[in-house]
Amino acid sequence: MTSALGKDLLALEPLSSEQIRLILDTAEPFKEISERSIKKVPTLRGSTIVNLFFEASTRTRISFEFAEKRLSADTVNVASSGSSVSKGETLVDTARNLEAMRIDMVVIRHGASGAAQFLAERIESNVINAGDGTHEHPTQGLLDLLTLRDHFHRLDGLKVCICGDVLHSRVARSNIWGLKKMGAEVAVCGPRSLLPNAIDELGVTVFSRIEDAIQWADALNVLRLQLERMQGGYIPSLREYNRVFGVTSERLARAPKDVLILHPGPMNRGVEIDSDVADGPHSVILNQVTNGVAIRMAVLYLLSGGRPELAEAAKGGGGR
Amino acid sequence: MTDRQTTVLDARAMDRALRRMADEIVELNEGTDGLIIVGIQRRGVQLAARIVGSIRDREGVEVPSGALDITLYRDDLQTVGPRPVVGPTNLPWAIDGKHVVIVDDVLYTGRTIRAALDELADFGRPRRIALAVLIDRGGRELPIQPDVVGKTVEIGRTQRVDVLVSELDGRDAVVIAAKTSA
Amino acid sequence: MTPRNDAAPSILLRGGRLIDPSQGLDETGDLLITGGVVEAHGRLGEVRRDGAAQPEIVDVRGRVVSPGFIDVHCHLREPGREEVETIATGSRAAAVGGFTAVCAMPNTDPVTDNQAAVGFIIRQAQRAGGAKVYPIGAISMGQQGQTLAEFGEMVGAGAVAVSDDGRPVASAQLMRTALEYARTFGIPVADHCEDPTLALGGAMNEGVMSARLGLRGIPAEAEEIMAIRDILLARLTGGHIHLCHMSTKGSVELIRWGKERGINVTAEVCPHHLSLTEAAVEGYDTNAKMNPPLRTAADVAALQEAVKDGTIDVIATDHAPHHYDEKEREFADAPNGIVGLETALAVNLTWLVHGGSIGLPLLIERMSCAPARLFHLPGGTLRAGSPADVTVFDPDASWTVDPAKFRSKGRNSPYAGQTLRGTVAMTLVDGRVIHRA
Repeated sequence: MTSALGKDLLALEPLSSEQIRLILDTAEPFKEISERSIKKVPTLRGSTIVNLFFEASTRTRISFEFAEKRLSADTVNVASSGSSVSKGETLVDTARNLEAMRIDMVVIRHGASGAAQFLAERIESNVINAGDGTHEHPTQGLLDLLTLRDHFHRLDGLKVCICGDVLHSRVARSNIWGLKKMGAEVAVCGPRSLLPNAIDELGVTVFSRIEDAIQWADALNVLRLQLERMQGGYIPSLREYNRVFGVTSERLARAPKDVLILHPGPMNRGVEIDSDVADGPHSVILNQVTNGVAIRMAVLYLLSGGRPELAEAAKGGGGR
Repeated sequence: MTDRQTTVLDARAMDRALRRMADEIVELNEGTDGLIIVGIQRRGVQLAARIVGSIRDREGVEVPSGALDITLYRDDLQTVGPRPVVGPTNLPWAIDGKHVVIVDDVLYTGRTIRAALDELADFGRPRRIALAVLIDRGGRELPIQPDVVGKTVEIGRTQRVDVLVSELDGRDAVVIAAKTSA
Repeated sequence: MTPRNDAAPSILLRGGRLIDPSQGLDETGDLLITGGVVEAHGRLGEVRRDGAAQPEIVDVRGRVVSPGFIDVHCHLREPGREEVETIATGSRAAAVGGFTAVCAMPNTDPVTDNQAAVGFIIRQAQRAGGAKVYPIGAISMGQQGQTLAEFGEMVGAGAVAVSDDGRPVASAQLMRTALEYARTFGIPVADHCEDPTLALGGAMNEGVMSARLGLRGIPAEAEEIMAIRDILLARLTGGHIHLCHMSTKGSVELIRWGKERGINVTAEVCPHHLSLTEAAVEGYDTNAKMNPPLRTAADVAALQEAVKDGTIDVIATDHAPHHYDEKEREFADAPNGIVGLETALAVNLTWLVHGGSIGLPLLIERMSCAPARLFHLPGGTLRAGSPADVTVFDPDASWTVDPAKFRSKGRNSPYAGQTLRGTVAMTLVDGRVIHRA
């Protein structure tokens, strides 16, 4: 038996709006648990979760770890530096080893697009994608949706512009799919060298000028500009990037209405976003972090359990 | 479905039962000091609100109340799927040293109350926890007994008790029906 | 004329549909093979062997008898990667696929960039007893793109063309020199057209699919820029440029432009680029990863049209076996390429002939006659006195692709599990039956 989400959470693209709404709604009661003095419920007691991080990510790993621990799961962190290419164990061998250890769930972060799906197809455990290459980062997309919904009390008809390095961003892809499925209007804004060539075929509006994006949007999701993009020759300099595409308070002041500011972190202050914007009254960047734990608890909860062979024996336990 | 239903309590009888339960809770606590009424999601929450209202009418006191969703404490989570919907838990009062009265609609196996006790323990250490249920249908699987009961009914495993509340169901009633195979 | 080998058996293929575009032949009849060469063909029952021994008579009614297929582009991996494929397994896989000859690309380890290496391949092929194997020598020493390999020595040892396939020739000057120098020996220069800077790190076609999957794309222009460079260099030098595995609509237009101007450009296309699109990459299927990548439906349509109108001369497999666990990995890290020798005929029949874009004679032209003509190889004809390199196939029979049954060591096929039409009944090389279903 599989959950309402299926066995795994690999991407938002294949999910229905009902499934996304279920995750967002389920996250609501989980917010309260993190406010308790004892921030722990026994829901996943006895479940074993491996956090398999092939790429360094303090923020996402900690968020998942809190979510797992607050659900009482037993967790193991496996960090593997460098990609699997030509050194160390292959991903398929890693998968087989995990399977042999009878774990219940795997949270995987990997530098290769499709790595989470690759793993999911090879093991019976539930797999949660914590970011695969430049493909998707579904829990980040979901926590962004939750943060937007908290603030606007709706997603339908909301105008959200994703700003920056969309080409290399898994966050951007998950946002595009999640927002569109929930009825929001999505735009992207950034230098054309950092936008996928066929981006408009995904059904998003493209702004070349950040000023135009700010005029249009209810909210901006400002992506982190990976510093290595400059070495990669996509942009000439960080200084110029900030001058042309930086989200600054001067630019926001010219907007016809208050624009909500999201950022998946970690921020490059003074590059894609100015400090006074990041710390300003319209920034919900820390709300995103808080919601991240609730979203991940919801996803863990929804994917877990459901062992059909035990269901019969336990029948009547929840009856009236 | 054309289940044959038997009404155990109609709206008036249910109201009387709840008012009597409210009186018994105040008696049990020897007043309203230190009392906190906690309803269990879902219909326990509405019943708790009625009891709080009844105490307000009689005693002129607004007793603190809260709501508890025990889904995440269920002992059958590894076996049921898909996942049950989680409702809100709202317990804004410090419960340490207080007399917490759990309110639920039907007491059956006792597993829900076991979960509620576990959950309450995560919020603090009450002086006493008591249990008030509108219907006790027997069939306990755990050593749990109610302190205050609206009505006791004797029914078999093939039947179910449904408590209807006007806030959710459009009317107040307690009915017995055959369990559907689903 | 091919020397006769009187030790070879006599065979009479009786009652097949004889199709030989090299002489405009398409009739039902008999084909008599003696001494390793085609003796005669004619209407049913009219072909007689005078005197001597009675030939073995093989009933091929309902089948097509054609000149043997010639693959001008395959990777046999020997020397260097014998666990993946050898000249023996590759040439036998070719025989099963109806190929009587294949040209082996030089990106082996060590690179086939000298006379001795060419000789090694020829000797290994003679032992294999499968399809004939013609080595292609490297353009540059070690395929490093720096200095020319010894074309003359390699041709003397049996090489039939030069190519740095697997790598593009980045330097226009080196390509110019190669085209000029190759004229001395009358051999084509086969180029893998890819601008290495545009294609850097690419794993699939650039477009909406790559945007969705988060995979780095290779734009069509990476191929087209090199295709037009090569065409212009052929115009400059008068050399014969052969463009390998063309994959885009734009390349087709550029080749057409070159041919219209009389430039000595020829081109090949692979069965997979005539049948599959980038949609096959969905789910990160590494068996849909090749270079050049699978493109769009518009590209497939343009390539099919180019096969029909002659803009593209040859269909070649780019047979590229890999060990099974090399493909069992993250998409971006998986190697490029698929096996093709044992599915090429059926893919071409299913998508082109049964798909309605070309007839059987034209398919045989593209798979047999044109390759022989462009690479100056024996075969590609059923004329009397020609080497008896012959393929007999059933163009209609259905079968389901099961890579476990391949003779190739490679199992990496995007057609696994698909039902295709067209099976090879017999493959004959110099009158010897090297494969019989």
